[in-house]
Amino acid sequence: MRNTQATQLLFELAKPGRRANMLPPSDVPTTPTEKLYPSGALRHEPLELPELSEGDVARHFTNLSSLNMSVDTHFYPLGSCTMKYNPKRNERLANLPGIVDLHPLQPDESAQGMLELLYELQSYFAEISGLPAVSLQPAAGAHGELTALMAAAAYFRDLGQTRTKVLIPDSAHGTNPASASMVGFQSITIRSRADGSVDMDDLRSKVDEQTAVFMITNPSTLGLFEKQIDQIAERIHSVGGLIYLDGANMNAILGIARPGDFGADMMHYNPHKTFSGPHGGGGPGAGPICVRDFLEPYLPVPRVTKVGEAYRMDADYPKAIGRVHGFHGNIGVLVRTYCYIRAYGGKGLRNVSEQAVLNANYMLARIRPLLPVPLGERCMHEFVASASKLKKERGITAMDIAKRLLDYGFHAPTVYFPLTVPEAMMMEPTETESKETLDAFVDALEQILSEDADTLHAAPTSTPISRPDEVRAARKPVMRWTATP
Amino acid sequence: MQPEQLKYNPSHEWVGVTESGGEKIAVIGITDFALEQLTDLVYMALPKVGTKVTAGTEFGEVESVKAVSPLYSPVDGEVVEVHDGLADQLEQLAADPFGDGWMIKVKLADDAKLDGLLDYAAYKQQCANS
Repeated sequence: MRNTQATQLLFELAKPGRRANMLPPSDVPTTPTEKLYPSGALRHEPLELPELSEGDVARHFTNLSSLNMSVDTHFYPLGSCTMKYNPKRNERLANLPGIVDLHPLQPDESAQGMLELLYELQSYFAEISGLPAVSLQPAAGAHGELTALMAAAAYFRDLGQTRTKVLIPDSAHGTNPASASMVGFQSITIRSRADGSVDMDDLRSKVDEQTAVFMITNPSTLGLFEKQIDQIAERIHSVGGLIYLDGANMNAILGIARPGDFGADMMHYNPHKTFSGPHGGGGPGAGPICVRDFLEPYLPVPRVTKVGEAYRMDADYPKAIGRVHGFHGNIGVLVRTYCYIRAYGGKGLRNVSEQAVLNANYMLARIRPLLPVPLGERCMHEFVASASKLKKERGITAMDIAKRLLDYGFHAPTVYFPLTVPEAMMMEPTETESKETLDAFVDALEQILSEDADTLHAAPTSTPISRPDEVRAARKPVMRWTATP
Repeated sequence: MQPEQLKYNPSHEWVGVTESGGEKIAVIGITDFALEQLTDLVYMALPKVGTKVTAGTEFGEVESVKAVSPLYSPVDGEVVEVHDGLADQLEQLAADPFGDGWMIKVKLADDAKLDGLLDYAAYKQQCANS
């Protein structure tokens, strides 16, 4: 029987009066809070916080952390997420006192080292993207999309043009249409052809003078490079529109192809995918953006600039869209990104992408005989297999396989995305995995496919929770914990 | 509605046209095949009465635990009725997609065409091939 005491909720573990600290008596004069605040602003019942000892809390969180899968513990081929192993070196460097002890309100003169780092990082991003103007401010990839689209809207306003449409292929990340809507554009879906490429006829029929931006993820979420990108860019540019590149899949093309060279006017990076920023944990993240020179006036402020030999934060840009984040952006993530780029250098980054693509193609070649991969024999950094045939023949779904992989000690691939492939299983091994790991994963998959359907329907059996009721959780979510009556 | 008498979008919406007071009214829903692919729905957004719809463009969306999917109108016209309460009873949609699960009724535009749509046999064939 599993001892679940340490993984109970903190509220369940709490006992009135239990404490994790002992404060000494106050040695300064005190004033009752009633005298400092009007009664209406004060809480009359104590906040219902759980009362616990330090040991309770330490065990609770340590045990919870061990129940999860992570890149530090398991192979994690979660497609579209680029779950590469993050070198611990970057953590160590980002935690140096000269970096973590900086205060955001420190005068520029006393933070020259950090400003220099950020300034250099801007130039690296510009070089890798082929787009010269950079903002480090956005706090996540989707925030980068939003910021760039706001800059684009400001650009069109400045030109005296009213443009209402943003065109987005159906294989895009959901954040693309969400960002377009947030900025007030109408998002219009462009269909994909059976081979995963943009349907040019559909595109041509929807492009007009109202088109502000075409958003494209290239390489796409299907792990394919959109070969028509020059025709697409030409078509969009011919009506005065802009191309936005969702940089989620930059891990496939670092040092090989530059978005600015293949027609993109704006893009974001996801440092947590491409440049070893921390994944998940609720942030903070970063979604730096790069744009063409004619869009630079509209980028948010402040920006890191260099005057003579001195670096400073500069907010004096009259056409800027304003601030999208406090202070310098989320520096912790940007420092890790800087360390990653400096550690590899140009050739090293190209090697990262070559290895990522090689690993994905090796895995694709081994998996194709087991599961159909509808979109081709070759891929970029990831590929999408389908359990559609298995579902028809044996009632086994992509979800069943994903759940069973957990029992074998592997994190599951992304399932049911992109939407254009039925029973999709999207796999991305990244460059940091060895051939042995890739082989072990495919061997496990092969073993799983030889198991009977009932075993797979019951999986996972080795995890503390097997299959949560996702439908009920979505239809009748319980957003607040209350003591069982 | 009898599935055999309906027309279909390749994107899994069905449409049945009826006459009412001399006007052509299209009833629109999604197919059992689509529901099976989506698995249990958890959310649905439908347009308001009076919304203009055009063939091939979105009129709403459905969300399952797997994904959010747009609903594409099979026809041109104006929404004259929305299935009240369906969004709160998604089980009803799953139980009877071609009947109680109808989503919207659209007054067909004068020049509305159903030419580009699939008939029952062609739609069945598409599902079998996917």
